[in-house]
Amino acid sequence: MLKLPIYLDNNATTPMDPRVLETMTPYFLQHFGNAASRNHPFGWEAEEAVDYAREQVAKLIGADPKEIIFTSGATEGDNLGIKGIFEMYASKGNHIITATTEHKAVLDTCKHIEKSGGEVTYLKVQPDGLVDLKELEAAIKPTTILIAIMYANNEIGTVMPIKEISAIARKHGVLLFTDGTQAVGKIPVDVNKDGIDLMAFTAHKMYGPKGVGALYVRRKNPRVKVTAQMDGGGHERGMRSGTLNVPGIVGFGKACELCMQDMATDTQRISIFRDKLERELMKLEEAYINGSTEFRLPHVTNISFKHVEGEGLLMGFNKNIALSSGSACTSASLEPSYVLKALGLGDDLAHSSLRFGLSRFTTEEEIDYTIKAISETVLKLREMSPLWEMYKEGIDLNSIEWAAH
Amino acid sequence: MAYSDKVIDHYQNPKNVGTLDKSSKSVGTGLVGAPECGDVMRLQIQVDDATGVITDAKFKTFGCGSAIASSSLATEWLKGKSVEDALKIDNMDIVEELNLPPVKIHCSVLAEDAIKAAINDYRVKNGQEPIKFDESVVH
Repeated sequence: MLKLPIYLDNNATTPMDPRVLETMTPYFLQHFGNAASRNHPFGWEAEEAVDYAREQVAKLIGADPKEIIFTSGATEGDNLGIKGIFEMYASKGNHIITATTEHKAVLDTCKHIEKSGGEVTYLKVQPDGLVDLKELEAAIKPTTILIAIMYANNEIGTVMPIKEISAIARKHGVLLFTDGTQAVGKIPVDVNKDGIDLMAFTAHKMYGPKGVGALYVRRKNPRVKVTAQMDGGGHERGMRSGTLNVPGIVGFGKACELCMQDMATDTQRISIFRDKLERELMKLEEAYINGSTEFRLPHVTNISFKHVEGEGLLMGFNKNIALSSGSACTSASLEPSYVLKALGLGDDLAHSSLRFGLSRFTTEEEIDYTIKAISETVLKLREMSPLWEMYKEGIDLNSIEWAAH
Repeated sequence: MAYSDKVIDHYQNPKNVGTLDKSSKSVGTGLVGAPECGDVMRLQIQVDDATGVITDAKFKTFGCGSAIASSSLATEWLKGKSVEDALKIDNMDIVEELNLPPVKIHCSVLAEDAIKAAINDYRVKNGQEPIKFDESVVH
């Protein structure tokens, strides 16, 4: 039975897996201890649970448990990783290389660093959303201490060539930080095979709870250190003070274990649904997939439906289907998605985009319903669109002098 | 952000979607907005040359639900009004009728601009001077 509303905004957050919640409950109620309490069983139980979760998390990314710093989420991980390196390696240099399509948590952290005397290069991406490796290498200077490039993009699902990027970073003795938020748990990520030095990721994008994440910090070849951004009791080997969120961490661990266990079967099923959704929606005229279709997460697609505005489109079905749009008609700026614009999309196409993120709970029925609802709405709104009419009459929309407002 | 029932109703059952013959002397066409801003409105009026009354109005809009609703409502209000009275339609009347939130006021401004542009197009076609309007404030 099809149950409405349908949730296809899994890049924003995923539902929790009930198996995750089950492991968490006892740590709210019976085993509520503080993992830092060394002198009684409540503390011991909590510490043991955290240690176990640390192993589960580390295993998913091929790391050593000692390399996992628990945080409140990926935003904190991004801040700690980038600011922590900037401060720790200040004597070595002050230059960071990142890309224009990074998440705001990385971009705004870099902006902050610029105000604190750092220098940041923002690499443009190619039309498929990937960074140009030659440009990346050319941007490295003697003062470069860090390359911060995300593993997979949150809006278009593009997967960056992390192995190639890390090879360049290694060659020049520069550290590599990656925001792994969208990739970890969805595709195989191995910090050693990929050559990653630091990586931020979070539980709530992989069927775990909100409010907990991790920063991976390499301990060997090379040994990496970050300056703490939160002062206090010296938790997490001094890198992140604050009482550990034990139930959250336990859930995060379980979520990692499940992702590792189910990744192959989940991916196979979800990518079939994603491909069907995409194939059927691309049958509409003037529909365009944004970003690389070759290097991409298996559960994500981002499509622009030309001459239809994204928010208007969402309104046609958003009571029944949860999706997100690259349009920003509600924001004061009226600026559409900076990620889509970075791909070189015109504002019109950027305003006309929808982002689809499927999950392990997505069903074929939901996909079929979505295909039908979106196709109908696109057709209906195009009948109402003056741009569509002009396009059909062969008028070049660029030849019109628009009164920009 | 939740839409008001009136916006939803206009979005689901838009009134007067369509196209009038823009080459006709009795038709005025206003095309406002820009694709890069995420909304474009085209509003057309058919004027009875003898009485100066708007006998028909049509629109097509590329934009969010509020932009579609604003233009749909504008066409409803225009029909049966004299050109002179049509000029009195204020964007705040649209805001009030549709309960538009502050971030959507620009949709109503666009509708008011479309009305004015359509009237001026009609005037110019019929040998009259275009009316000079003050720049809209909210854009």
